[in-house]
Amino acid sequence: MSTPLMNRPRARKAETSDLHTVLGLRFWNGPLAVAVKIILYGAIVVVFAGPLLAILVGAFSKVSDPTKFSLLPHGFTLANFHAAGNRGVYRYLFNSFVVVGFGLLLQVAVSIFASYALARKRFRGAALVMLAILTTMMLPDEVIAIPLSVVLSDVPLAHLNLIGTYWGMILPVAAWGFSILVMTEFMRDVPVDLEDAARVDGAGELRVFWSVILPLCRPAMGIIGVFGFTMIWDQYLLPLIVAREPSQFTLPIALRTVRADDQVGVGVLLAAALLALLPSVVAFLLFQRQFTRGLESGALNR
Amino acid sequence: MATPTNYRSAEWQGNTVEVPRQRAHSHALEPARDDEWGAPARKRRRRRKKPQWLIAWLCLAPALVLFTYFKFLPMLQAARMSVYEVRPYLGDRYVGLGNYHDVTTNPYFTKAIWQTVLLAVGTTLGSILLGFVLALLTEGQARHLWLVRTAAFLPVVTTMAVVAEVWRVMYYPSRGGVLNTILGWVGVGPEPFLVSEHQALLSVILVGVWRGAPYDMMIFLAGLATVDRNLYESAAVDGASRFRRFYHVTLPALRPVGTILFTLAALRGLRSFTEVFLLTNGAPNGSTEVFMTLLYKLGLEQGQLGVAAAAAMVLFLATVAVTVSVNVWRRRVVRK
Repeated sequence: MSTPLMNRPRARKAETSDLHTVLGLRFWNGPLAVAVKIILYGAIVVVFAGPLLAILVGAFSKVSDPTKFSLLPHGFTLANFHAAGNRGVYRYLFNSFVVVGFGLLLQVAVSIFASYALARKRFRGAALVMLAILTTMMLPDEVIAIPLSVVLSDVPLAHLNLIGTYWGMILPVAAWGFSILVMTEFMRDVPVDLEDAARVDGAGELRVFWSVILPLCRPAMGIIGVFGFTMIWDQYLLPLIVAREPSQFTLPIALRTVRADDQVGVGVLLAAALLALLPSVVAFLLFQRQFTRGLESGALNR
Repeated sequence: MATPTNYRSAEWQGNTVEVPRQRAHSHALEPARDDEWGAPARKRRRRRKKPQWLIAWLCLAPALVLFTYFKFLPMLQAARMSVYEVRPYLGDRYVGLGNYHDVTTNPYFTKAIWQTVLLAVGTTLGSILLGFVLALLTEGQARHLWLVRTAAFLPVVTTMAVVAEVWRVMYYPSRGGVLNTILGWVGVGPEPFLVSEHQALLSVILVGVWRGAPYDMMIFLAGLATVDRNLYESAAVDGASRFRRFYHVTLPALRPVGTILFTLAALRGLRSFTEVFLLTNGAPNGSTEVFMTLLYKLGLEQGQLGVAAAAAMVLFLATVAVTVSVNVWRRRVVRK
């Protein structure tokens, strides 16, 4: 285990003072204290991660009814996934991936362009645009859900009916105030000198954008990427009002249609739930550093 | 440094006097020569001429169009619909504030408003308190603490639909249900949870706390990291006990973070939809009916778009009211 090695320098420094954390739990080192800590931390993990782990276990077990839902596996089986397939869960999963794929692509592109203007250009009306973006963030999606369904059924000027299409689920999430703001903050930090140097060397607008600004904003792209992914994946009301038939459902809104199965019981729900939770959890685990950073910049700067 | 680069740097040095002026008017920097990438001088000059404001608006256009169509237009539409009786194919009929009157006097709505407030207050206070305790317990840089934090954070990134479904399973009201089994170990239950009029709302609140607390924990941890460690040290030097240090140094430093979390959580609570929709959908006997589930039923299931729009406007006003009052309160506290 590399853990003790990694902590050694810090531990030595902290020996002189126990002031790094509020409670100073690190320095409760008696056998009783250690036991209490293990139980406490174990309880936290079980309470918060336990139910999700039980989904993982249950999806591969025979779970005939809710009383069989537990952390302990009983009899490995893939029947749940077969039953889920018969209920069209893979179709729903495909729909979800289409929406999140194109939605995220658009969202990141739109955010990058918008924040390039807001962070690197001085123009009349910039403050007004900023105000508009903040207003959209104040405006809960739930408030506009019903009029949004009216707008989506007949998009003004374009006269398109987006109800029952992928675009109806993608376009409303394609612009997100949060990711524009986070990106803008990062782009502001790119030194003007770098941009000037590139311009002096003859770089045009596109070249400055593509070769100077964008590479320096890669960490921010990680942040808005992982946030955008979880945000789109978590959409519920929007697909609910856009989808007309079951074949258009995304996985989250389809979950309640697969609650139980005559043959395999609740297991089919757990299999579908596992498929619905894995993508966003995996995205979080892969981009955990960016996620934490985004949380901090999102909450602390506002 | 007797290389070709020297030639370029000499040229640079010859220009240094002019640099400030060049920055102010970039076209002053326009010697008609090919640049380093070999782009012809003519092409470069044309690029320069594109005004900055045009580029800015071009870059902003996609975002602004999308916001206009899918945020501002629906908002205006909601405001308009809220004073009409919306009748598809028959034409809308102007009813003034009639829809608002319905929303505020209809017993279903008043009950739903009251329950929404309870839900919002419960989840907000519960998740902030629990999140704060979790943050204090898991503060530190050790690897096992990082693991605990990561595991505890998983509910936040799990989609709400899954959270609600798994809690439905755990709330199974018979003796064998997961939570009833656990309660059985300490000799309590079996409890009916979601199927009881008295426990359903509390059960929904518990789910909200379970999902909200780790989020608040993460933000509190970020806030704790910004607390000046020197203050701890000076407090310790002055002989302050651990409790006094916590009370006089840590708590004040966390107040801004706490205010933000309070606002965010309260707003989230007011518009909670998915968890209620999936856990109970208002049942049993309307005891968990909240604003959004009622609004959804009215607007999308019964087609009473006007009343639903009025309800949405009320919710929007409540959102604005919470935000504004928190900000006013915060400013007053700061001024004192």
